[in-house]
Amino acid sequence: MKRVDAMRALLRAMSDRVAVCYAGAACEELYAAGDDARVVYVLGSMGLASSVGLGMALGSGKPVVAMEGDASVLMNLGTLVTIAQHAPSDYVLAIVDNTQNGSTGGQPTATANGLDLAALARAAGCPRVIVCTTEDEIAAAAREAASGGGPTVLHLRVAPGDGPRRVVDLDPTAIRDRARSYLAAR
Amino acid sequence: MTTSSLKAVLDGLASAGRTFVTSVPDKGLAPLLAAIDADPRFTHVPCTREEEAVGLCAGAAFAGRRGVLLMQNSGIGNTVNALTSLVSFYQLPLLMLVSMRGGTGERIAAQMPMGRATRGVLAACEVGIVEASGADSIAAAMAADPDGRVAILASPEDWTRATTA
Repeated sequence: MKRVDAMRALLRAMSDRVAVCYAGAACEELYAAGDDARVVYVLGSMGLASSVGLGMALGSGKPVVAMEGDASVLMNLGTLVTIAQHAPSDYVLAIVDNTQNGSTGGQPTATANGLDLAALARAAGCPRVIVCTTEDEIAAAAREAASGGGPTVLHLRVAPGDGPRRVVDLDPTAIRDRARSYLAAR
Repeated sequence: MTTSSLKAVLDGLASAGRTFVTSVPDKGLAPLLAAIDADPRFTHVPCTREEEAVGLCAGAAFAGRRGVLLMQNSGIGNTVNALTSLVSFYQLPLLMLVSMRGGTGERIAAQMPMGRATRGVLAACEVGIVEASGADSIAAAMAADPDGRVAILASPEDWTRATTA
């Protein structure tokens, strides 16, 4: 499973949620595959997509799925603790783990050398952690996440490497305003 | 007097719609943090680090809320990329209530360099600075520029004096 396929499968399986995408190649791959008005592209703040998503969930009371890379969640590990302590039950964090810093030359992260992010999330207190390696497993995990009893952390194990990319050329205030409109209408 | 001071500060936040609160704790801000926790008008999320707190406030702003961050100035350096690439880039509201270590009377020498750097760092990140001391000036600053990026700076002692019930 490639990174972009995992992200798109996640968005398909969670069609009712506003989504947050993490900085770097992930935003550009997702944008190249087709813009979606319910996606907030966090274009410059590595490690903060999970926090932005949590703020959206707590600030709106609406379901949110935040995507984060392995390197980016490692940059803000405290987020797992804050999610465990404060996230609403319908909040979802999807860690897209390709075992490398894909945007900066493919340097390996600790997940290439034994680190288990799912175990880390469980140790932080996240009550439901689901590992997915296929698109079918993502669809099943999305159904489980929607059933209550969360919040949910999905550990999406994907292949290293980048797909086609396109620089996100949307006006940042347009990204902001469409998120507000989407959440207000739900 | 002190009870009405605390009320003025809490009402200043609430009346400006600044009800989504994050924090990294500070002794001078402890009375205000406790009061916010006890006031149902506010959502309060304690954070592990200041950058994470800015991210949460940004997310709340994407949901149409106005975020507040209570912190000590020693953590300003942790916020720089989030203030610039997130809050400034997307033009999101943010109010920072900053307890200023490293000023006159500081006991810990290690606090002094960040005390000197704080205003320059905030200015470089395009955050407006309001120097305040009493509850009236704090409440007035909370009401101003509700959709902008503002930091209210006061000493730990002044925060405690202005917010002790």
